[in-house]
Amino acid sequence: MHELSIAMQLVDVAARAAEDAGAERVSVVRLRLGALSGVVRDALEFSFAIVAADTALAGAQLQIEELPLVIYCVPCARKATLVGISSFRCPSCNTPSGDIRQGRELEIVGLEIMGAGVAQQQPLHP
Amino acid sequence: METRLLAIRAGVLSKNDELAATLRERFDANGVLALNFVSSPGTGKTAWLEATLRALVQRGQRVAALVGDLETDNDARRLARSGAAVRQILTHGNCHLEAEWVRNHISAAGWNIAELDYFFIENVGNLVCPASYDLGEQLRVVLLASTEGEDKPLKYPVIFNSADVAIITKWISPPL
Ligand SMILES: Nc1nc2c(ncn2[C@@H]2O[C@H](COP(=O)(O)OP(=O)(O)OP(=O)(O)O)[C@@H](O)[C@H]2O)c(=O)[nH]1
Ligand SMILES: [Mg+2]
Ligand SMILES: [Zn+2]
Ligand SMILES: [Zn+2]
Repeated sequence: MHELSIAMQLVDVAARAAEDAGAERVSVVRLRLGALSGVVRDALEFSFAIVAADTALAGAQLQIEELPLVIYCVPCARKATLVGISSFRCPSCNTPSGDIRQGRELEIVGLEIMGAGVAQQQPLHP
Repeated sequence: METRLLAIRAGVLSKNDELAATLRERFDANGVLALNFVSSPGTGKTAWLEATLRALVQRGQRVAALVGDLETDNDARRLARSGAAVRQILTHGNCHLEAEWVRNHISAAGWNIAELDYFFIENVGNLVCPASYDLGEQLRVVLLASTEGEDKPLKYPVIFNSADVAIITKWISPPL
């Protein structure tokens, strides 16, 4: 169970990005969570609410986009989306593949920030 | 108060990953092979390392090892008998090691990476949480004891999938 320490780092990264953008509060955090990230969604949501209290993220909504595992199949010469994470075989031709194209993500992709004048500011990295 | 959407792309573990990348660069630049050993509690990480460290030290290789456990310095004492430089990391309840602790313990031990040939990390016995934390190793080694059941890679796909090497331990059955 390391979701508490993941949640602490999540709040830390989000709070710093929000501060850099001149925000006072964060109302939404958008997160991409890969099937192979090793993070349990429920445990992360639970930990996030606790860790976010007393920070600029207090009460913020955590919007999680779950990403399935995607491998690249050489014989088929294309990517294939897999169901679950216990088999790494191409669903079309059954060839195993270690070439993972999606599924390890554990990243923040957006924040909804609030503060005086934030709407005027330009994104730092447009 | 105004609201706006801030598009960013930031890895949640970016701080750990950056520290790990810095460590790996230092290992690479100094020709040190760094390995991170993960398994369930009791699979035989320390036993495997005891034999490996002894063999390397006997061949005149310069070896250092960090070992993480929730409590006790038993493993560090076992490994130190090999003659290698060993340091225990006590996590006091934490179920995995992080790159920052590896860096801090290397400096607290006073080890100079440039003077090493091999650097071993024995992670906390746990098949789940260590998977998420890059420690700057060049190779992640996962151990599986034959007695744990052959379906462990199916039950713990994240760690087995992230490993570069797998070692099967306890494959010689003891006399009954
Ligand atoms: N029969 C047999 N016993 C082994 C083998 N490897 C380790 N053991 C025994 O298994 C027990 C646990 O081994 P350790 O090396 O302490 O295991 P560990 O993975 O370091 O355990 P933690 O650090 O607590 O996670 C010890 O009693 C070892 O002697 C093996 O290959 N065969
Ligand atoms: Mg041990
Ligand atoms: Zn844990
Ligand atoms: Zn295919």
